[in-house]
Amino acid sequence: MTTTDPHHLTGAYALHALPEEERDAFERHLSACDPCARETAELSATAARLGLATVVTPPPAMRERVLRRVTTVRQQSPGGPDPLGPARARPRGRRLSQWALAACLAAAAALGGAVWQYERAEDALRDARRAERAADEIAAVLASPDARTRTAALGDGSTGTVVVSRSRDRAVFVVSGMPRPPGGKVYQLWFEDGGTMRSAGLMDPGRTDQTVLLRGAVDGAARMGVTLEPPGGSAQPTSAPLALLAFPA
Amino acid sequence: MREAVHIGRNPSSEPDLQELVGRVALGDEEAFAAVYDVVAGPVLGVARAVLRDQAQSEEVAQEVLVEVWRTAPRFRADRGTAINWILTLAHRRAVDRVRSVEAAAARDHKAALLDRTPEFDEVTEQVEARLEREQVRRCLRTLTEIQRQAVTLAYYRGLTYRQTAEALTLPLGTVKTRLRDGLIRLRDCLGVTA
Repeated sequence: MTTTDPHHLTGAYALHALPEEERDAFERHLSACDPCARETAELSATAARLGLATVVTPPPAMRERVLRRVTTVRQQSPGGPDPLGPARARPRGRRLSQWALAACLAAAAALGGAVWQYERAEDALRDARRAERAADEIAAVLASPDARTRTAALGDGSTGTVVVSRSRDRAVFVVSGMPRPPGGKVYQLWFEDGGTMRSAGLMDPGRTDQTVLLRGAVDGAARMGVTLEPPGGSAQPTSAPLALLAFPA
Repeated sequence: MREAVHIGRNPSSEPDLQELVGRVALGDEEAFAAVYDVVAGPVLGVARAVLRDQAQSEEVAQEVLVEVWRTAPRFRADRGTAINWILTLAHRRAVDRVRSVEAAAARDHKAALLDRTPEFDEVTEQVEARLEREQVRRCLRTLTEIQRQAVTLAYYRGLTYRQTAEALTLPLGTVKTRLRDGLIRLRDCLGVTA
């Protein structure tokens, strides 16, 4: 069967098995096809049951992190246009980058050119939202009264500074003059604790100066590291760290 | 884990979660903590099934839970139940993550995915929702082999229908149809209404 009849896509749609373009086209079709919309709703509810069958008990620290996060995340207003739409993302990002830059300069002298790194994601809207959340969090870490910094030469003439706020349990990494990673690779950040490396996200390979919010909570980690990894990053480091910075006490 | 996790099976507990989400929409942090306690396990379960990496799964689960808080005011109860909304969001975000990682990596990990279709028991290893799981397992058995494999690969591994077709060496049209009729059979077996 090689039909392209959109009616047959309800299952694939409910399972998120459609690539983006086909998903968008199907959603347009849905708005004009009541029976399809009804079937899609039922099949999505069925897919959710597959999800309900997989319960993994989250670590207690995750609950604390999430409950703490939501105290600083503003909720959407009901109805109306999305206040965090992509149209507003740029000016806001620019304003915050300057703010972040100023704070970095105050926090760690002699660092310049810090540029806010937009995280790449396929969905521009999510991008904007996440960037805003991260920018807010970076600003909050840098401005927090217990922010502590440590600066180190990373070799190759680049300088890295880590800013940690114990009260927020988050860390920000500011780097200047970092050479671009060779051969399509990426720099990946890590939390290190007792020899265990935990991914803290990727850096933007296109920038030599950047300010990055380490992904996830510091959660007692003793140091942060930077490694060179294949595109997309790795679950565990595949190379020796280029740099390890102890978190300031 | 509270009994309310069995929301899909036990409709009497459903109003609890709906009501809680309604309070979350008004900025009630206590209500959000209660929602967290009900849904965090399945949300992490979905992320873990698709992503398999514990750290990434926790990261995605946290993003989803914060998104639940953030977007609760826009939740429309007339369009479906709260648990469906949350688990649909969780699956979508987990799939987004696995695909963006794949795309960024330009890595063909098909080989790893394709060498065999995972069994339901493998993809849902650390499971606590026993009743729900038993019911889903029983209903998956009512599917044809191809329906079951296609639905399992698409949902629990986050494959697109194209990848599913390659994995099962089936024509694209067949996979689309099997995903649909497989889910319809599951829907009827589980007694799901939208």
